[in-house]
Amino acid sequence: MAHLLLRHRDIPNLDQLDVYVKNGGFEAFKKAVTAMQPDAVTEEVKASGLRGRGGAGFPTGVKWSFIPKNITPHYVVANADESEPGTFKDREIMDFNPYQFLEGLAIASYAVQANLSFVYLRGEFYYLAKKLDACIAEMEKAGYLGDNLFGTGFSLRLRTHLGAGAYICGEETALLESIEGKRGQPRVRPPFPAVVGLYSKPTVINNVETLANLPYIVTNGAAGFRKFGTDKSPGVKIFSLSGNVNKPGNYELPLGATFRELIMGCGGGISDGRKLKGIMPAGASSSIIRVDDTNLDKVLDTTMDYENVQSVGSLLGSASVIIIDDSHSMDWVINKTVHFFKHESCGKCTPCRDGNYWMLHLVERIHEGHASAGDIQLLKTVANQVNGKCLCALGDFSTMAVTSALERFPEDFHVGQA
Amino acid sequence: MSLVEKYPEEVKAIFAKYPADKKRSAVMPLLYLAQREEGYVKKESMQEIAAMLDLDTTEVASIVGFYTLYHDEKAGKYRMQVCNDLPCALRGADKFLESLCGNLGIKVGETTPDGLVTLEAVMCLAACDKAPMFQLQDGDKVEYYENMTVDRTMELVEALKKGGKEIK
Ligand SMILES: Cc1cc2nc3c(=O)[nH]c(=O)nc-3n(C[C@H](O)[C@H](O)[C@H](O)COP(=O)(O)O)c2cc1C
Ligand code: FES
Repeated sequence: MAHLLLRHRDIPNLDQLDVYVKNGGFEAFKKAVTAMQPDAVTEEVKASGLRGRGGAGFPTGVKWSFIPKNITPHYVVANADESEPGTFKDREIMDFNPYQFLEGLAIASYAVQANLSFVYLRGEFYYLAKKLDACIAEMEKAGYLGDNLFGTGFSLRLRTHLGAGAYICGEETALLESIEGKRGQPRVRPPFPAVVGLYSKPTVINNVETLANLPYIVTNGAAGFRKFGTDKSPGVKIFSLSGNVNKPGNYELPLGATFRELIMGCGGGISDGRKLKGIMPAGASSSIIRVDDTNLDKVLDTTMDYENVQSVGSLLGSASVIIIDDSHSMDWVINKTVHFFKHESCGKCTPCRDGNYWMLHLVERIHEGHASAGDIQLLKTVANQVNGKCLCALGDFSTMAVTSALERFPEDFHVGQA
Repeated sequence: MSLVEKYPEEVKAIFAKYPADKKRSAVMPLLYLAQREEGYVKKESMQEIAAMLDLDTTEVASIVGFYTLYHDEKAGKYRMQVCNDLPCALRGADKFLESLCGNLGIKVGETTPDGLVTLEAVMCLAACDKAPMFQLQDGDKVEYYENMTVDRTMELVEALKKGGKEIK
């Protein structure tokens, strides 16, 4: 099947404007601006059932419809922070198919009538910011950005903004703080960004991959989009596959494809002939799925969509599927994840800031074999004290791997003999 | 020399990116500019940026402190930031980092005696399928080096000594 999002794998040089245009580029944007009312675009996206690809799976069209018309200006911000360990899909889109993403951003901007929109990139994507700046300049030259587009009254400008190394800036309100020139710390909600967002104005924040779907939806309609995926999770998804597989990489599959298709098919199976032990489908923020001889087929035949991954005790999130083989102990795995969250906690909420500090101490002690009898129970308790008690989801995320590993892999956690 | 004197066009372009009454948004790109030449942001630059944006110097300093890609202390000319987060570690990043330490004769966090390379361990860089990998931070620039071996990395270090970045 031809790719919908990773189209550059089928069409060489798609990152050149003329090639993109020759292959139907900007026809969707033109159609939206010249032949559709903004609300009609929102309705079509609602009907398509497109859900946010940044992790939460929130319906995109519904999110747009929260933007109040009587408060202006409006902004759209593309979330290109991509910092969840195991996620590397937005980077491929922006590097090789940048115009499809930018066209999607332009369509979203038209739908909510934003005249200035931003792309927020993690600081490490320095080269991508340069690339997108060049693409934006090309689009301006060719008349796809600027004033009175396609002879209508709609005007649009796009800008990139580089972060500087902070996972928390992927959280939408921390991201807005960062564009405003502040430390990236989450805001109290409500009010939600749809009402009080960037510069205190109504703002839509969407993930890069979410936006890259929009040209297809405008061109082919909701029904065309729904040809792929499931009823509740329509469309295709890019799965970032990493860890102990033979062929790690990005794979575009319909939502509802199975773990088997991804891991054994696309990924060529577990590397070095080892056994599959754990799956983290949502990056470091996952509850770890336990796989052993008793449930191997059940797990592998589980479909990956926003609802069904729960049936094996986890969530799809941003579909960054980390594969762990049986040479690794889960005390080592959560030592890594807690190290990450401790480093990335922004420090605003006490349960997350202090909780991760203590979780790291405990996890290191357990991993190094110095744990005392109460340490494992204490680790559970601390995780419980963090979960559900913070302004943003980072705190919750930090406990997912810990709690699930302790529960599902008790044999990997030992009290030290020291 | 102040930033405005040194990079007048770039400072102007940075301010033009944001709405005229939202100049505080320029703080992050200005900090990158300040870091370009010596790889860290000097006190004078923070003061200059604060004055340009009607901020306290402390506030600018807190932004430098918050984001990991800004530095307020001089280090090696290049910062070699190896990812050893979970997905990369599953593919041998810890071992790779350890060998680099051996080859460079320094520990993580240290700088080679010639002041060329500071070796650091960092969190996921969105290149997990191409481990082992690192990014090279050079002033305000960041470049990716993916699917690396220790040998190729040492080749790069040799090239850096001669002012290049090419590896075969
Ligand atoms: C700690 C944290 C980190 C996040 N990181 C990202 C990210 O890197 N990219 C992203 O698109 N969304 C990220 N999100 C989700 C965003 O807050 C937001 O829900 C998303 O960008 C909305 O876009 P969507 O509806 O198109 O998915 C993160 C959320 C949290 C709590
Ligand atoms: S874990 Fe190293 S790049 Fe993602």
